[in-house]
Amino acid sequence: MKRGGPRTTRPALPIEVRPFQDFARLLRASGFRVAPEQLTGFLRAIELLGPRSMNDIRLAAVATLAPGPDRRPEFEALFDAFFYGVGQVVTTSDGEEEVQVKDDASIAQHEALPIERREGGALSASAEQLSKRMFESDAGRLDRFRREIRSRLPSRRSFRTVQSRTNGILDLRRSLRQIVRGDGDLPAPSMRHRLIVPRRLLLLIDISGSMKDYTQDCLRVAHQVVQGTQSAEIFTIGTRLTRVTGALKVRNQEDALARVAALVDDWDGGTRIGPTLMAFLAIPRFSALARGAAVVIISDGLERGDHTEMETALRRLGQRAFRLSFCTPLAGDTRFQPQTAALKAILPVLDDLVDGSSVAALTDFLLSLGRPSPSAAAIWRKVS
Amino acid sequence: MDRPNLVASPESLAEALAQQDYLADEELATAVFLAVQLGKPLLLEGAPGVGKTEAAKAIASALGRSLVRLQCYEGIDAGHALYEWNYQRQLLAIRQAGEQEVDLYEDSFLIDRPLMQVLRAPDQRVLLVDEIDRSDHEFEALLLEFLSDFQVSIPERGTIRAAHRPIVILTSNRTRELAEALRRRCLYHWIGYPDAEREAAIIMLRTPEVAEATARAVAQAVRNIRARPIAKPPGIAEAVEWANAATILERGGSPWPEAFRRAIGVLIKDEEDLAFIRPELDAVIGEALR
Repeated sequence: MKRGGPRTTRPALPIEVRPFQDFARLLRASGFRVAPEQLTGFLRAIELLGPRSMNDIRLAAVATLAPGPDRRPEFEALFDAFFYGVGQVVTTSDGEEEVQVKDDASIAQHEALPIERREGGALSASAEQLSKRMFESDAGRLDRFRREIRSRLPSRRSFRTVQSRTNGILDLRRSLRQIVRGDGDLPAPSMRHRLIVPRRLLLLIDISGSMKDYTQDCLRVAHQVVQGTQSAEIFTIGTRLTRVTGALKVRNQEDALARVAALVDDWDGGTRIGPTLMAFLAIPRFSALARGAAVVIISDGLERGDHTEMETALRRLGQRAFRLSFCTPLAGDTRFQPQTAALKAILPVLDDLVDGSSVAALTDFLLSLGRPSPSAAAIWRKVS
Repeated sequence: MDRPNLVASPESLAEALAQQDYLADEELATAVFLAVQLGKPLLLEGAPGVGKTEAAKAIASALGRSLVRLQCYEGIDAGHALYEWNYQRQLLAIRQAGEQEVDLYEDSFLIDRPLMQVLRAPDQRVLLVDEIDRSDHEFEALLLEFLSDFQVSIPERGTIRAAHRPIVILTSNRTRELAEALRRRCLYHWIGYPDAEREAAIIMLRTPEVAEATARAVAQAVRNIRARPIAKPPGIAEAVEWANAATILERGGSPWPEAFRRAIGVLIKDEEDLAFIRPELDAVIGEALR
């Protein structure tokens, strides 16, 4: 939008443009990502279309500001609210929800805490016995796990090629240069091949009260994952989201776990998997970690309240991830069935729904990630 | 080649697309119009079989340009998308030249791949990057660079730049989410399933021998079937095929409901879905034929 005039003064945008800028600001406040270039595209589109009617402006907004199909109704509501002044309520309530995920969660959880502890109390005696019996072999198992995990992760072909002596295809470009340099002679042809690199492993560990008996085992496995691979990422999810990869980089297990303990604020609180995962997805530098990765969520899936948000979050996560797995300690029981509403709802988007009740189960599963398996829905449908 | 009146407004563009047997709704016509006028790539997303690739073909032929198609797949790399040197010919040229000097990096040794082909003649071609969600994210990054500047750097030759911005259409089945940066750079349109009336019109356009009543019944029934929780909802192409197949069977002597039922394999191509829909099929067809 270049306009004539002396170059020294910055050309001010005409005043008619301001509502559209405000609309973009409103969208941003409601969690839509609107880049500056999209805004200029929007303005130019309006200019191009006439605009002959409000409908032209709506069409321009839809085309240039690119709301995804799942957020389209929300977008339309915001548009109507802003330009026609109907249904203003929608905008304000949305803004508040985003903030709540991070802030007042800890206060609300204190009331819920004792109740959930009591629930876990009956089970804990038998669980403790089990873990004691396995304790002897756990150290050795974890050690073996650390050595093997890197080669057992799912892999992908890297975009880059490297020189190689034996396999691969002929590196014609390099060979040709050698021929030119050697005046028509080629001592040995150069080869190149594309590297096979392991995919990233992203572990999301539920540390809420209902998972109390299992979190320590999970973190010990997570520690070995970080020690054994290059690009693993570990997060804890409870009422908040905490990245603990840095703390787990410490070699000594006791020290590493102590650091994690100090870092995480929401130990044994309530479960807000949905909102926390949405927060994870909303932060671009975090959600980028899930792209093409093997994502493993260790949780019992006992979401408090409504599970639709959890379902949305997992679906989005599944679209980014190479493989989305859900390890639940509840599946350690042979009578386990994915019967809760939350588990039923997320089953179609999962690649695996497996037992995560012990170090042995977890490590065995993580080591099998590289092998293909039927989808979770297919397995559990047959069982039930 | 130059048809200025074609893209003067979204309506005239929709008309031009209709002449190519593609019925675009108001939103799609506007998005295409803006893409041409603003020189931005157009990202079309939608379920399989709603006519994303068809849209690109129709746009290309409506504008009188040839379509260059880059089909994405897992593992696609720069050599398939941008350019490659014809090493065999280079080697031969060295042989033949003997003592003479030979320029190995001439145009004649360069094999243009789709992106390069479009750079060379941006006003005669439309680039279709099909099913971009199948490619790796590294390829997406490469494409991002191409789409922002419309230039390609060849180490031996320097940078080749498009004279002006070409028309680029990207399609995605949304099997995975695309990078935010790519979406930001594009105009966006979500193609949904058409309503029954539009679908009937599409069926009649595609297969002239199908009667209007049949087309309407098919559109109604297909719409009804799509609303059910089946694994692979039928696309528009399947609906067209179904109408066609049923018409052929009816001419062969089957009465109407029977013809529809026997042709169901054209519409639903998944064994579990078939088992799911079969008990209700009679009711669906009966309702549509009324």
